[in-house]
Amino acid sequence: MVAPILEMKSITKEFPGVKALDDVTFQVAKGEIHCLVGENGAGKSTLMKVLSGVYPYGKYTGDIVFDGKTQEFNDISASEEAGIAIIYQELALIPDLTVYENIFLGHEVQEKGLIDWNETIKQASIMLKKVGLDVNPAAKVKDLGVGQQQLVEIAKALSKNVKLLILDEPTSSLNETDVENLFVLLKELKKQGVTCVLITHKLKEVIEISDNVTVLRDGQTICTLNAEKGEVTESALVKHMVGREIDNIYPPRESKASNEVMLEVQNWTAVDPMLGRALLKDVNFNVKKGEIVGFAGLMGSGRTELAKSIFGNPDNYQVEGDVYVKGEKQDFRHSQNAINAGLAYVTEDRKGDGLILIQDIKQNITLANLEEISPKSVVDSNAEIKIAVNYKDSLSIKTPSVEQKAQNLSGGNQQKVSLAKWLFVKPDLLILDEPTRGIDVGAKFEIYTIMNDLVEQGMSIIMISSELPEVLGMSDRVYVVSEGRITGELPIEEATQEKIMTLATTH
Amino acid sequence: MAFAKDLQKVLKENIREYGMFIALFVIIAFFGVTTEGIFVSARNISNLLNQTGYIAVLGVGMTLVIVIRHIDLSVGFLAGFLGAVAAIAMEFWHLPLLIVIPLTLVLGAFAGAITAFLVAKMNIPAFVATLAGWLIYRGAILVVTEATGTIIISNDAFNAIGNGYIPDLPFLASFMPETHKLTILIGIIATIFYVRGAIKDRNAKKSYDFDVLPRNIFALQLVFVSALFIGITWLLSGYNGLSWTLVVVLVVTMIYHFVTNKTVLGRHIYAVGGNPDAAELSGINVSKITYAVFTSMGALTALSGILFASRLQSATTTAGTLFELDAIAAAFVGGVSVSGGVGKVTGAIVGALVMMALTNGMNLMGIGISFQYIVRGAVLVAAVIFDVATRSQGK
Repeated sequence: MVAPILEMKSITKEFPGVKALDDVTFQVAKGEIHCLVGENGAGKSTLMKVLSGVYPYGKYTGDIVFDGKTQEFNDISASEEAGIAIIYQELALIPDLTVYENIFLGHEVQEKGLIDWNETIKQASIMLKKVGLDVNPAAKVKDLGVGQQQLVEIAKALSKNVKLLILDEPTSSLNETDVENLFVLLKELKKQGVTCVLITHKLKEVIEISDNVTVLRDGQTICTLNAEKGEVTESALVKHMVGREIDNIYPPRESKASNEVMLEVQNWTAVDPMLGRALLKDVNFNVKKGEIVGFAGLMGSGRTELAKSIFGNPDNYQVEGDVYVKGEKQDFRHSQNAINAGLAYVTEDRKGDGLILIQDIKQNITLANLEEISPKSVVDSNAEIKIAVNYKDSLSIKTPSVEQKAQNLSGGNQQKVSLAKWLFVKPDLLILDEPTRGIDVGAKFEIYTIMNDLVEQGMSIIMISSELPEVLGMSDRVYVVSEGRITGELPIEEATQEKIMTLATTH
Repeated sequence: MAFAKDLQKVLKENIREYGMFIALFVIIAFFGVTTEGIFVSARNISNLLNQTGYIAVLGVGMTLVIVIRHIDLSVGFLAGFLGAVAAIAMEFWHLPLLIVIPLTLVLGAFAGAITAFLVAKMNIPAFVATLAGWLIYRGAILVVTEATGTIIISNDAFNAIGNGYIPDLPFLASFMPETHKLTILIGIIATIFYVRGAIKDRNAKKSYDFDVLPRNIFALQLVFVSALFIGITWLLSGYNGLSWTLVVVLVVTMIYHFVTNKTVLGRHIYAVGGNPDAAELSGINVSKITYAVFTSMGALTALSGILFASRLQSATTTAGTLFELDAIAAAFVGGVSVSGGVGKVTGAIVGALVMMALTNGMNLMGIGISFQYIVRGAVLVAAVIFDVATRSQGK
């Protein structure tokens, strides 16, 4: 093995009541691409926060040796100084500033406090060339695509002479082409001697790109696998991550779809009035009773906008077209109307517009249907607790009490609370937008099982998903969306990854 | 000692809730000593509570406004303006009190609805919309009082709202003549209701296996609060008894406490404050909630204007100056969260008391007005620092 650039030895980090990291050892060789994998809550983020100085020296035990020296980082700027840069899932760019301003934000090209803008632009162009991004450095970041923004982040890291680049879930919001480009870039950087640590949930990517993989589980290092020795396989990764073998991650189900049409959407068009841009163009689809209909497509293809514009249109798009629920024409002016007609929408963004994080589990679960437990508009708190406890048990939400705040739950459990909230409105049609994003393998399986139970009981489900195996594993029928249009409809027997990808990139 | 340990644990976990009570207690004790007991005399406590009235009702409304992530700067001069309108209605138009009061409240609610329209429908930031209101209502007071200057109010019933006390039980006039019996009776009844409610609530929680206070701490809490109720009513009964202002404040507090804690509307208000996007998608009409909160703020502003005009027995050209800042300060000292979604109306009452106790105490000590502002500013900052520092603690 090449000399390690980073050695983290016996790292232990405790929070009140929890050992987030327990004697973790993590070693990265110089110039390799090293993947760090593990279920949610395994300790990946905590480990990276220790490394980057978010948890300063002294708040953990153990040693960090980086670039041959034992390091005691007190804050992020100290770790950056040493040559460590972390790019988070949520990009840390300022949308209204230009690309070059963003690249040099925090370490401006300056002399005596005055910025040399010409030099800044010149150097920014060099950095952009390095990451293979062909945009005007004077463009505003908000006008770039997500993939391009990520490259700007990498350019920013490179401009600080980074030695170790850490990417936290870099591909979760990228489409396939952007992922390809990113991987090409990472391999290029590797040649130039930049070491890279990749944190990801996507095992295919791990297999594709990694030289070594470290698996964390429950705050402990489980093992390090070497790609050259052929140790990095999907089954090995899953086994080490969950500590058990999962043969089939999609529970089997017999299709019970009837011919009764639950939802029919015709000639649906939506325009964003702020940008004047058409988001959806002439969309037609239907969902039958007891059916799971998958909506596949790339990020930004318009699937979330489709769901939201139908579900009461909270973003006030200009919409046209007809919606029929059980054959009756509807005009949803507000999400309340959609809920009353039997629809429910579990949002893609749990923290953004799904849950009220500062409120407890029971308040979140009853929020969309408070009237049911509120005779004369006064909330019956006993009934509320009973309902919350019921859902906690039936969906196995792991929490000591339903009075726990939503923000204290793990991603998978938050997703279950979100699901419980919408099940409590007793919908006929449940729209699930990326139902398993950012949650671990075990919780995914539980969500799939719940979905199967629901259609078994006659509910219809629309599942918007960017993960093709999930679409193929769960749906009865698949619509493919590209650039605001439905470019194809496939019965599950005919659907393959290749066909869907082809349709998803059809314009 | 197990008891001391329990107490320490409970205090630590609930420091956010108890913090302002502790602060109030410390302030009272401090001024009690420095003024050699004058501060805690029946007369001064009664006076303090009456002075707090018009800020307390504003603080209640402001708490909800801040909970839904807005602010209202216009309430001070709106209160002053509506007080002047009430005075004009009585003195110049000779309308009866039973029409003047509802009229003023409706006008206030209407003014609040205009703010809501600007904020919810026109998407103007509340800070800007209500800053405009601040200017407009300030001008409006000057307009209506231009011809006359200060308007003296001669209606005794109106003036009693800010200066009068509830009557005593007439059939007990000869029994303990120095004491206000009805006030004590009310105190006892309130205590009984409180104790019964608290025990019922604790038992209900226990039946669900939820965390409840340990028995000894719970008993301590009951004794402490009961003693507070009885103590205050006893103190007040030695002076003129309950004032009408205090009755108004208590009724407003009870209504708002009930609405915010027990009703669907209350839940929706906190949901909108906690996460407006999630609330909107959950079928809650955020715009309607915004209307409800600002309209209620307007009505409470009218009430505040009435209390103030009644207390001064006149409407002046400067009435309402800086009320909005006192109300905002009361809300923040009372624990409303800067980032929305958290805050209790009872907190605002305590917050208003803290701020008024500071003014009152420093007045008694003979401290100059300039230094008073500095102290109150420091306390406000301390309260918000406390809020931010304790946010991550507890459940």
